[in-house]
Amino acid sequence: MTTLEHLPFHAAVVRSGKAPKATGGLLAAAVVILAALPYVAFTGATSAMVTFFVLLIMASMWNLLAGFGGMVSVGQQAYVGVGAYTVLAFANLGMHPFLALPLAALTCAVFAIPTSWLAFRLRGDYFAVGTWVIAEVYRLVIIRFDSLGGANGKSLPGLSGMDPVLRGALTYWAALAIAALTVTGCYLLMRGRTGLALTAVRDDETAARANGVGVTWSKRLVYLVSAAGCGAAGGILIIDSLSVQPNAIFSVQWSAYMIFIVILGGIGYLEGPLLGAIVFFVLQQLLAGYGSWYLIILGLIGVAGAVWLPHGLWGTITRTTGLQLFPVGYLLRTEPVTGKTAGKTTSPKRRIGSST
Amino acid sequence: MSPLLELNGLGKRFGQVTVAEALDLTVGAGDAVGIVGPNGAGKSSLFAMVSGDLKPDSGTVMFDGVDVTGAPAQQRCRAGIGRTYQIPRPFEKMTVFENTLVAATQGGGLHGQAAYDHAASVLELSGLAGSANARAGSLSLLQRKRLEVARGLATGPKLLLLDEVAGGLTEPEVLELVALIRDVRAGGVAVVWIEHVVHALVRTVDRLLCLAGGRFVADGTPDEVLKDPAVLELYFGVGPETGPLSEGAEEPDESLEPPAQTAAPLTDGGLRR
Ligand SMILES: Nc1ncnc2c1ncn2[C@@H]1O[C@H](COP(=O)(O)OP(=O)(O)OP(=O)(O)O)[C@@H](O)[C@H]1O
Ligand SMILES: [Mg+2]
Repeated sequence: MTTLEHLPFHAAVVRSGKAPKATGGLLAAAVVILAALPYVAFTGATSAMVTFFVLLIMASMWNLLAGFGGMVSVGQQAYVGVGAYTVLAFANLGMHPFLALPLAALTCAVFAIPTSWLAFRLRGDYFAVGTWVIAEVYRLVIIRFDSLGGANGKSLPGLSGMDPVLRGALTYWAALAIAALTVTGCYLLMRGRTGLALTAVRDDETAARANGVGVTWSKRLVYLVSAAGCGAAGGILIIDSLSVQPNAIFSVQWSAYMIFIVILGGIGYLEGPLLGAIVFFVLQQLLAGYGSWYLIILGLIGVAGAVWLPHGLWGTITRTTGLQLFPVGYLLRTEPVTGKTAGKTTSPKRRIGSST
Repeated sequence: MSPLLELNGLGKRFGQVTVAEALDLTVGAGDAVGIVGPNGAGKSSLFAMVSGDLKPDSGTVMFDGVDVTGAPAQQRCRAGIGRTYQIPRPFEKMTVFENTLVAATQGGGLHGQAAYDHAASVLELSGLAGSANARAGSLSLLQRKRLEVARGLATGPKLLLLDEVAGGLTEPEVLELVALIRDVRAGGVAVVWIEHVVHALVRTVDRLLCLAGGRFVADGTPDEVLKDPAVLELYFGVGPETGPLSEGAEEPDESLEPPAQTAAPLTDGGLRR
């Protein structure tokens, strides 16, 4: 290991940039208000919000995967499905479905390990197509199990006796909690040392490697985390609908939603999936009554966004205003505070590099 | 004590193009070695094989007494091989400071304040302190080249590989760079520098090699190598359109790149671009 010596000055580094100091409080307040929703709104509203949280979780995970890890997957439905079926399997064994949610996440992370060995051998387009194929394989394997309902799917035991209003509220809280955990987790991950390395991987893999970043390790970590997140989302989905249907839960539409939300919101920005999910959710609610027009309008918006907002909504906002909700950057105060030795102009001899 | 870097019989071909043919090279700790050679000679490929970006077809790379031939690039970086890219590869959406911070934390293994201090100090040294918070993607080519050097230094290398970092610089900037690299070297870091700006090399290195067609055609002090007939021929030699010295071609070698773009005098500034 090389020893590093430094110039005798203290680099004052600020982590917030132009972020409003109140961001943390603002988000915490939002979570508290949202948590109170089941007391003031009807189940119809909370049920719609469950969909929103699921979309937010999935999009955040895809943003981590593609936006930071550079892995453009169209096969995350593999983990949505495995997550849902994990909850079903544990419920069949008599476990309370809500308690099976963490196990759904864990199971997906475990499944993601061997899958990553396979998928990481593929590059670029092949990776995208490969992940889709892998998701299909998962579906084909799971429908072979009659105890899981085979090709027809199965209803979820263990919740039928519960009061529907209470069940709706619990589902809502679980979805909210997992969404909040996902967003906070992404923020903490990206704010730390690993996040800095991941950001470098996003920008240039080769240069990241040459500067000491364990690129494959970082990617695998991100792949496992996003599998876990999608697994939890799948778990919510089966609890919300009280049944699972293999073609629907393993549908590529989940990946399409994730991609749409992240691209629209701003890929590679932590705020992107949040903003994208809000916009997507609002569009979905507004256009729900328009049948196939709904899809056409969504498609047009997607194309327009890709053409006119290449950095997505949040990318455009942050580039013009400098605003950040989740500050992960490192701002060096322009005038370094000189340490004991005043003149920085002294020869830098023997201050750089190795002294072995 | 084993030498810092030892290449044994390194070979690499891209189809019909041989970029390395049984290359041997030994660099000791704290040495400063320059490499010249025509375009396409295989200089950057040599760096890529040392840094781990490119797998050689044959031969071994020993670093600090350890065989790193099969080791991934990040492991070599952490072991003390820092490099720059001829065509700069900044982390474009990150700030300049964050660029060096990645190198300091990942390659240099530093944590917290120590990493901040080191990352900031290499920016100061490389003349980039004023752009520390600018997005690296917004830098000019000159600044990008400086950032390459800064990032290479931020990894805390024992060996720094510089690939044409002086190209396109003005004369005073070249002198600044020479001063920086001499300081780096005085700090105990070995330097291998590929450069077409030969006068910068001559001021910095003790040993000069000339690579052509994947082979070292000359090796010695800068003076010796610049007078070497094989080198003179490469730069002033073959082909009708390359100038008045072409009649002295004594050793025609098909594997050499046609020196059309490299036919400027060795002592000229940037030969390329
Ligand atoms: N990945 C690759 N695939 C195929 N050919 C390659 C590859 N990398 C380099 N080459 C070829 O190998 C030869 C040597 O390239 P290299 O970049 O090492 O030359 P160089 O000596 O650094 O030249 P320059 O002075 O122009 O930088 C060139 O002909 C180049 O086109
Ligand atoms: Mg080159």
